[in-house]
Amino acid sequence: MRTGVLAKKLGMTRIFTEEGQHVPVTVLHVDGCQVVAVRTEEKDGYSAVQLGVGKAKAKNVPKPMREHFAKAKVAPKANVGEFRVSGDALLEPGQELSASHFVPGQFVDASGITIGRGFQGAIKRHNFGGQRASHGVSAVHRSMGSTGQMQDPGKVFKGKKMPGQMGNRKVTTQNLKVVSIDEERNLLLVRGNIPGHDGSWVRITDAIKRQLPENAPFPAGLRAAAESPDGDAAPAEEKKDQ
Amino acid sequence: MNPIIQELDKAEMNRLTEDKTIPKFSAGDTVRVNVKVVEGNRERVQAFDGVVIARKNNGISSSFTVRKISYGEGVERIFPLYSPRIDSIQLLRRGDVRRAKLYYLRGLRGKAARIAEKTTGEAAKDAASDRKEAAAVKAKARAKDVAAKG
Repeated sequence: MRTGVLAKKLGMTRIFTEEGQHVPVTVLHVDGCQVVAVRTEEKDGYSAVQLGVGKAKAKNVPKPMREHFAKAKVAPKANVGEFRVSGDALLEPGQELSASHFVPGQFVDASGITIGRGFQGAIKRHNFGGQRASHGVSAVHRSMGSTGQMQDPGKVFKGKKMPGQMGNRKVTTQNLKVVSIDEERNLLLVRGNIPGHDGSWVRITDAIKRQLPENAPFPAGLRAAAESPDGDAAPAEEKKDQ
Repeated sequence: MNPIIQELDKAEMNRLTEDKTIPKFSAGDTVRVNVKVVEGNRERVQAFDGVVIARKNNGISSSFTVRKISYGEGVERIFPLYSPRIDSIQLLRRGDVRRAKLYYLRGLRGKAARIAEKTTGEAAKDAASDRKEAAAVKAKARAKDVAAKG
């Protein structure tokens, strides 16, 4: 099992195929996605890689996290996430993943935090119908109505759809097709929409319900070390802290 | 919009308009849209003539609505401006209108649904020369027809 990548959702656009079909795509930026830590079977009881993505100002990063990044000799990251991998797909701290980790045509799963809508009523949150505009209904036009039966069962069943917080929860969309990748700018174009607002961080992994194409790089699609722009930033960071 | 997405859109728009030019047109203009249609395994070009009643300018997602009366029935088609299915767009006549969206035409028929031609300004000059050209082409075609018949 390969690692996934962390990416920033830039927004959506469209691409035309030769047949004139529109392909709605979400543009994802794999922005300096580096390995920050590695979990191994011997040391931690499971194998995983921890990735960091984006750029964070060192002054805004708590000291324990700064040291954590310094240990891997990477610049402070805006977002960190862990991916379970099989023992043979472990990476080295500091290695940078690129958009070429995925190949066009393969399927991926994407998780993100959906756009928060706050505390919403049953109509907006669960598509309830609401109550009538007239015929004796007063001041409860948008209320949810009955929540159950009578003295028997005498309770509201668990899981009853009710008003409450809507959005701002983690959602995974499965089986999204990778339309194309842009290695130069480290972009990933995925067909369809992905949870979260523009600029939010999303986790992209190989689709668990589809076969991984054979030409997908294993253990990971890495960016050439020479290109890595912030490889030298980390040691300097270390010095500053001491 | 994100600058990277703008760049992507621009590249895509350039790719799609590589071998064609899209004329400047706006609501009220009469256009001929040559659409590629697939019949069985043959592809041919079909023309759709009508009045542009709306234009949506939204980068790569831009589109325009063309309305015509076909056998007494109003027909509207929405074309994506950058669709590769559009072979070409010809501007037939510039209309003088005071609104960006001419949805009011839907409620009008015949004489009332006419749009005056724009005869002043820069656009009109272009229109006049275009018209002259079109007339010449038409005359030529007619002469050919007559010759063929005669």
